[in-house]
Amino acid sequence: MKIVRNGQAGTLESGDVMVIVSPRSPEAGAQLELEVHSIVEAQYGEEIRRVVRETLSELGVVDARVTIQDRGALDYCIRARVEAAAHRATAADGEK
Amino acid sequence: MRLNMLSAAGREIPDSIAGRKTVAPYRGPFASGPAGPRAPMPASCSRPGENKTLANLKEAIQAVGLKDGMTVSFHHHLRFGDRVTNMVLDTIREMGIRDLKFTVTGPHPVDDLFANYIEDGVITRMEHGFIVDELGPILTRGLLREPVTIRTHGGRPRAIEAGELSIDVAFIAAPCVDRFGNINGADGTSRCGSLGYAMADAQYARRVVAVTDSLSQAPLTRISIPGTQVDHIVCVDNIGDSSKIATGAIRSTKNPRDILIAQEIAAAVEASGLVRDGFSFQAGTGGVSLAVTQLVAGIMQREKVHGSFLLGGITGSTVSLLEQGFFDAIYDVQSFDLDAIASLGSNPRHVEISASYYANPHNKGCAVHGLDVVILSALEVDTKFNVNVLTGADGVMRAGPGGHPDTAAGAKLTIIGTPLLHGRIPAIVDDVITVVTPGETVDVVATEYGLAVNPARQDLLQSFKQARLPVVSIQELKARAEQMAGTPKRPEFTDEIIGVVEYRDGTVIDVVRQPVAWAGR
Repeated sequence: MKIVRNGQAGTLESGDVMVIVSPRSPEAGAQLELEVHSIVEAQYGEEIRRVVRETLSELGVVDARVTIQDRGALDYCIRARVEAAAHRATAADGEK
Repeated sequence: MRLNMLSAAGREIPDSIAGRKTVAPYRGPFASGPAGPRAPMPASCSRPGENKTLANLKEAIQAVGLKDGMTVSFHHHLRFGDRVTNMVLDTIREMGIRDLKFTVTGPHPVDDLFANYIEDGVITRMEHGFIVDELGPILTRGLLREPVTIRTHGGRPRAIEAGELSIDVAFIAAPCVDRFGNINGADGTSRCGSLGYAMADAQYARRVVAVTDSLSQAPLTRISIPGTQVDHIVCVDNIGDSSKIATGAIRSTKNPRDILIAQEIAAAVEASGLVRDGFSFQAGTGGVSLAVTQLVAGIMQREKVHGSFLLGGITGSTVSLLEQGFFDAIYDVQSFDLDAIASLGSNPRHVEISASYYANPHNKGCAVHGLDVVILSALEVDTKFNVNVLTGADGVMRAGPGGHPDTAAGAKLTIIGTPLLHGRIPAIVDDVITVVTPGETVDVVATEYGLAVNPARQDLLQSFKQARLPVVSIQELKARAEQMAGTPKRPEFTDEIIGVVEYRDGTVIDVVRQPVAWAGR
């Protein structure tokens, strides 16, 4: 899945997470840049990063910048928001 | 080398702690009694025609002889509206007095500048009932010379009466004072209602200063703290804002999860068989508690039950139950909103009580020991039913016991209501970070995923099953929370002790150690 524009999903409500997926400059080589801010960083920071990377990997996203602003979302919610943001950041059908 | 002892709540307690004469580990809710007679009350005299009123705080602080190293106390009845605490501390700082022990009975406003009192050495030690959000990080940095002592609402007057907390000067925010120094909280412009938490301080402090914005020309007819205990009166522009009393812990709820928990709790209270004539009840001021109170009133109405007394922090919702005739009396140690304050001042069945009468285990009978049912909340409960109401998931102090351990020990039925998760953080765990209320005093934990009954209460378990209540084991609740949220990484701690959690009888039930993440900050 190729990231061509900014895609955003989620909110900053308690229990939710806001995810922004954006393209990176093409020169630097394919890479995932992950930026995580979470109110439960100390308790779940590693788990959140693992779930985000796993979800992106399942979608075939290998080159993107991903910003996570987490308000204590559960894993299923993080997966859904990442997936939605990634889809919104890809070229729509028929678009070049 | 410090030796570690084990409290009966399974916590390692060092055999010596800076600032404490003795360290006796907790052995059980009623394992210890008073060690000896009460501490002597200070005595002084007055002469005819003497005027107690001084021009300003500075004169009063000079008159009482406040010096480096002494202990100053304050009450928290004006809660987040209080102005007296900061006013007095600022004056003390200007006068260059340092190295004080600072003690407040409960939550008080802490602004961005508060840390300066500690960094500048004005305050070097604390004994508190409650650590407000802003104070937790300051204490966790380990800036005090000695660990903060955390006491319950009943434990504090016990410690004062036992001479363990010896107060040099009590500064009492006094909503209304006459020229004799008689004080009440029901009259004046900045009313706070009950002055229950200030009473032991006024009785036992070496010197007492009443700080007021309403000096009554007429002698008071309602007296909460008598002028026999008050050395000086100081008039200031404003002691605080009554409208800010009802902030923080107090909120009503429309949250369906909280209402579900409240319905479960009410059904459990009914199934316990305790709702009968002479019923006594205390619930906190959180959303679940307020909802339970209304539901319990509904049960009383349906079953035509006439209750005895309502206890604790009092709100308009409790007052309305008294006015509708559900109960004979309110025993009010703290008025939590303007309706409660007005009722205390006008309804003879709404009675002001001292913190010692409320919850001190070492007198001839306290009100919590006559409670049938108490509804409480929690930051965490563990599978041994121990409750933490002090430290957050990061190990930082952010709340406090209040009357939690006192009422849990006293009531026939203690129910902890909590959502299964606080945000993403599980509320049911294997071991709480800090034991504040021991599991042997907790009967039921109520969550939106069912009620867990302490295995020591097989009688309750049978009643709940007969009533077809959603009973689950505490282990099932813990597993369910982790299944939903994942297992949180727990904070690691250094050996540095920053807080001592006293049980209500003065034994040490647990200590708070500094989280590794905070060392050297």
